[in-house]
Amino acid sequence: MFESLSDKLGGVFSKLRGKGSLSENDVMAVSREIRVALLEADVALPVVKDFVTSIKEKAVGEAVIKGVNPGQQVIKIVHDALVEMLGSEAQELQFASPPCAYLMVGLQGSGKTTSTAKIAKILTEKHNKKVLMASLDIYRPAAQEQLKQLGEQTGIATLEIIEGQKPVDIAKRAMDTGRKEGFDVVMLDTAGRLSIDEEMMAEANAVQKATNPIETLLVADAMTGQDAVQTAKAFDEAVGLTGIMLTRVDGDARGGAAMSMKAVTGKPIKLIGVGEKWTEIETFHPDRIAGRILGMGDIVSLVEKAAETVDRAEAEKMAKKFKKGQFDFNDLLSQMQQMKKMGGMGAMMKMLPGLGQMAGQLEEAGVDDSMIKRQEAIIFSMTVQEREKPDLLNAKRKQRIAAGSGTSVQQVNQLVKQLKQMQTVMKRMKKMGMGGMMKQMKGLMGGKMDELEMMAQSMDPDGLGADMAALEDNAGPLGPNPFASGNGLKPGAGLPSDLESLLGNSSHGGKKKDRKKKKR
Amino acid sequence: MVFWRRKKNQKQHEEEQRDDKLLHPEGEPDLELPTEYDAEMDEHTRHEMEETEEEIIEELDEAPVPAHSIEEDAKEAEELSDHTNEGGWLSRLTRGLTKSSNKITKGITDLVTKKKLDQDTLDQLEEVLIEADLGPKTAAKIIDDFAKDRFEKEIDEKEIKTALAGLMSDILAPVAVPLNIEKREDGPFVVLVCGVNGAGKTTTIGKYAYQLRAQGFSVMMAAGDTFRAAAVEQLEEWSKRAGAKFLSKDVGADAAAVAYESYQQAKEQGVDVLLLDTAGRLQNKKNLMEELEKIIRVLKKQNEDIPHATLLVLDATTGQNAFSQLETFKEMVNVTGLIVTKLDGSAKGGVLVGLADQFGMPVHAIGIGEGIEDMQPFRAQDYARSLVGIEF
Repeated sequence: MFESLSDKLGGVFSKLRGKGSLSENDVMAVSREIRVALLEADVALPVVKDFVTSIKEKAVGEAVIKGVNPGQQVIKIVHDALVEMLGSEAQELQFASPPCAYLMVGLQGSGKTTSTAKIAKILTEKHNKKVLMASLDIYRPAAQEQLKQLGEQTGIATLEIIEGQKPVDIAKRAMDTGRKEGFDVVMLDTAGRLSIDEEMMAEANAVQKATNPIETLLVADAMTGQDAVQTAKAFDEAVGLTGIMLTRVDGDARGGAAMSMKAVTGKPIKLIGVGEKWTEIETFHPDRIAGRILGMGDIVSLVEKAAETVDRAEAEKMAKKFKKGQFDFNDLLSQMQQMKKMGGMGAMMKMLPGLGQMAGQLEEAGVDDSMIKRQEAIIFSMTVQEREKPDLLNAKRKQRIAAGSGTSVQQVNQLVKQLKQMQTVMKRMKKMGMGGMMKQMKGLMGGKMDELEMMAQSMDPDGLGADMAALEDNAGPLGPNPFASGNGLKPGAGLPSDLESLLGNSSHGGKKKDRKKKKR
Repeated sequence: MVFWRRKKNQKQHEEEQRDDKLLHPEGEPDLELPTEYDAEMDEHTRHEMEETEEEIIEELDEAPVPAHSIEEDAKEAEELSDHTNEGGWLSRLTRGLTKSSNKITKGITDLVTKKKLDQDTLDQLEEVLIEADLGPKTAAKIIDDFAKDRFEKEIDEKEIKTALAGLMSDILAPVAVPLNIEKREDGPFVVLVCGVNGAGKTTTIGKYAYQLRAQGFSVMMAAGDTFRAAAVEQLEEWSKRAGAKFLSKDVGADAAAVAYESYQQAKEQGVDVLLLDTAGRLQNKKNLMEELEKIIRVLKKQNEDIPHATLLVLDATTGQNAFSQLETFKEMVNVTGLIVTKLDGSAKGGVLVGLADQFGMPVHAIGIGEGIEDMQPFRAQDYARSLVGIEF
């Protein structure tokens, strides 16, 4: 795993606390770290160089805001500059008098065909357009068949396949069909081609000239490395791009290619693909990709995911229980299940800034998803009464439960203990608020987890609260990056209940580790 | 004020002590999970894994010398190629690789005629490596090694190229291992092919089957990608081109069932090599990775030794995410080797150097085009030399 930029800068700046403003030397000291971070995120070198220079200019002389560590302040400057560079507003798809052509180009395996179907679906459903899809890929085996099948799945018309036709002819036929049958948009899915393959690039150019597309989208993989610059430039020169569609953003690539391609072509990233199903397409949010490139985690996505999967009513019910300090096995169970729905503990940890590494550490400590599974089995082997009143559990009952769940009495005991610990933590958390708890967790982890403190500092509970509020109102863009709404910690401000519970859950990992240490 | 705070702290302290007592009463029996138990669980899995690895190593050791040497392969491929497609076999490789080295070469040529090796030059060299996707860390490491005995010394372009190529070749040489396919008594030699979406798995299988056929093996392909539209048709077309047997089930069928059935069929029909295609999956999709694990589980039930090889197909345009890909696939499905595709493009696939350094994972072959013959064994020296632009 990559060390996140905030961790690195935290180290560099730890000596600088208490200074009035960022001097040139300070900024120089971090510019190398920023450079490496961007390169590790696959931003292309020339783009990185320009960017770092502009950051230096912006940061030198900047007054240090009180209560914020200079590292974070630089990250905020970097983050904002990134957002600005990636384009601050979402760019809409354009239309012209029907039938207008959409041309999809890109390297082999970048996801053109799937993206074609996804965009066609959006055009149909959101923009009420009548769309025809045509595959010009006569090279890859079954490529035309693939688009045809996607058309059948999505209910979107596809051009009849005629064997042996040249791409340009297919494109012309598609436009003719579009005209005759009254289609608004004709989507042309081209074959994958290498940017240095002159013949193939000439073919793309010919198709472009024959159809005069209103949108020419470069489909590019979010995992692309330094080559992104070359590819984007070559395609832009050959066919004149109007925008970029970034695919596989649901992977764990940092997505620096987005920045490279935007920088060299100046063309906006219009859409992102976030899954294999044809509904999994989204408009581009620069701030999220910026956060990802910097390895800051993706709080917004986590909150969104939580909102998607966590049952509100249940969460509220649980929050009330927490406040009273009541917490039984039913609650623990539903918590575990919600966590599983969100992709397991590791997946969630990775989305929290600075906690990516903690996921690994928890795993080492044996707190992983298989443990959750085991514990679920234990709870399932309890009677209803036992689940509600953990105190009922005596030796005999424990033996029965252990036998029923295929575990051992020790494991049952461990779970009981964990529940008690959580009850205690809940009570304490109520008193301390988020920041206090984070510090405590740090203490419990044996001081190893500096990132927790970073997190406690950088997390703005109010900001998160606002995000959740926005979600509750179903108010669209969840924009604010962790820095947008002020910095530092406001003690006492609680997190929304579901996040609170999630964090509560992670704390017992710390406990366990801590205890092991004590024993040694 | 101070007094108050102390008092407050004290209260908290007491509270904590009380809680602690509550949680860990004196004379509390040792409820901590006996470490043996954990160890037992883990060890079991670990044991299983280690065993598999050992077996593979053993297999490699005992493997008979392949009937065909690389030279013979080359000759055969040369004979088999129809030459209608511009140029012979070697020139295609050269072309593919020089294409990928164009930029790096230019970069270096710009640098030096003959002068003292200074920090500026080193920085520029480092940048050249970074632009080839070696990644900042690997690039820095190679430049450090390079500068060790050469800093401040007179050096010219050729020396720089040779030395850099040598350094990278040293890292890459141990992983340039062809995949040893052998005819087995107990059934087909099973090769499972996995990778992220769009890496080029199906095309790779097509090319690989063709190569194996040319070497005299009988081959069956199984369409384990039951998810993507027309993936089955795509593989079927390749099977026709390569002259391989083909097995598929309906779209949406369980990929593990395809694996199971294909192994049965291949065994019955006495096929030498079974190539199992799988659906593309991003390494961070847990459920999809588990599906892949399941395929292997199902295979292992029939024969502990299979799959004999699990190949990860890696796109050369991929940047630093390749680390995450290899790490996860290796951990989940015990990848035994890599095939790097799309090296005929402008991407240089320099991430390979870092991968070789960190994982030491064998690189069996590279893909340099969409034609059925466009697959070559990975040769460390050639690759390293072409990366820095030394002509063949």
